[in-house]
Amino acid sequence: MRAEAKAVVIGASAGAVEALSALLPKLPERYSLPVMVVVHMPPDKDSIIAELFQAKSKVIVKEAEDKEAVRAGTVYFAPPDYHLLVEEEKILSLSNDELVHFSRPSIDVLFESAAYAYGAGLVGIVLTGANSDGAAGLRAISDNGGVVIVQDPDQAYSSPMPRAAIGLCPEAKIMTLEQIADYLQIGTGV
Amino acid sequence: MDATINKVDDLELKLLLEALYQRYHYDFRGYSMASIRRRMKLAKDAFDCASYSMLQDRMLHDPSVLPRLLSYLTVQVSEMFRDPHYFRAIREKVIPHLRTYPSLKVWIAGCSAGEELYSLAILFREEGLEQKTMFYATDINQEALDRAEAGVYARERIQLFSENYQKAGGKSSLADYYTSAYGAATFDKTLRQRTVFSDHSLVTDAVFGEMNLISCRNVLIYFDRTLQDRAIGLFKDSLMRKGFLGLGAKENLRFSAHASSFIEFSREDRLYQKTEAGR
Repeated sequence: MRAEAKAVVIGASAGAVEALSALLPKLPERYSLPVMVVVHMPPDKDSIIAELFQAKSKVIVKEAEDKEAVRAGTVYFAPPDYHLLVEEEKILSLSNDELVHFSRPSIDVLFESAAYAYGAGLVGIVLTGANSDGAAGLRAISDNGGVVIVQDPDQAYSSPMPRAAIGLCPEAKIMTLEQIADYLQIGTGV
Repeated sequence: MDATINKVDDLELKLLLEALYQRYHYDFRGYSMASIRRRMKLAKDAFDCASYSMLQDRMLHDPSVLPRLLSYLTVQVSEMFRDPHYFRAIREKVIPHLRTYPSLKVWIAGCSAGEELYSLAILFREEGLEQKTMFYATDINQEALDRAEAGVYARERIQLFSENYQKAGGKSSLADYYTSAYGAATFDKTLRQRTVFSDHSLVTDAVFGEMNLISCRNVLIYFDRTLQDRAIGLFKDSLMRKGFLGLGAKENLRFSAHASSFIEFSREDRLYQKTEAGR
């Protein structure tokens, strides 16, 4: 680690639930980092993804609320049809801005704001997906000194998103889900 | 890029917002910065400026820059009958209360291009309340107000609007309210004959009198906590006793200093009612 990790951001699209199932349930109780997640999903439905993962996780998992203070040991999902951003004061904001990469929430929007808020203390992870959202955001995280990780495209359910991320961020660590799960143990507080 | 560059960049952005306020009286200083930063970066690139200082220079000396800059700063993404359950709740739960008044005032705060105004105007017409209602549609962006007044929307958006309208409990067909030509749908101008369009800022302007219903959706999320509270206080003071306030699907009054002046009238629809005491 170049700097002490302060927060983790994760972006996933097609195949997201399965990939996240290999990561989030392994986060230990009293995890010392906040984790913010954008998953692409249809805008017109209330999402049950936070409840789904709360049921199988030891950390707190919830849908992000506007102007909520970011807390350690908590996983925040962007609500459908809203972008999720992190303010410099480590407060979450939602926005109704235009779609980015045909998506709202957009991974780039979360990653770019978090890169600014956390600088070198941020870990950014791009998982499976069928578009290119997250690549520019991962670039911003790396430019601000953060750690950038991409799921191995050969093992991803859908490879275009990890490939696009590697394309813009060749320095990214390429890892399997198991390796990412191990890496996330940096937040165990020991 | 390192932290120092970010700091300089941010300083320039804050100075630009200060200049925008002092020169033109548009106040974005209490907005959520993460979102402002993102949209101003788009503006900076679109104006082909290397820095916010350059953009500030152009904004101060070239009057044609301001309207374009405002269109980057103010979000104009909406749809008719967005979150249909909200409009269904107004129709089924709020309208019965409103029927008991001899005349009604409805304020659409942050009306953008008018989608919500036309949604409410149609709903009030179908419920037979249109003729005793005055609508006040306000926004800080004059271009948005002009678009709202025109009531013209791209035809490819109409299918979504129609679906929303049906889900919201619409009593006929949305097509009864517009005419189609040249790829655009123009809404019936009689829908806005009882509407006053007005330039109004929730940040710097004052109370708007004695409203029965205020609808302000997906505006507060762009404000920081302090500014959110100012706006909610403004709504509280603009509502008559037992008047209604409707917010966006992800907005609520929970953390507001004014929360005790409202009851949760329909929690999942984000509809609040000012209390009898109403302070």
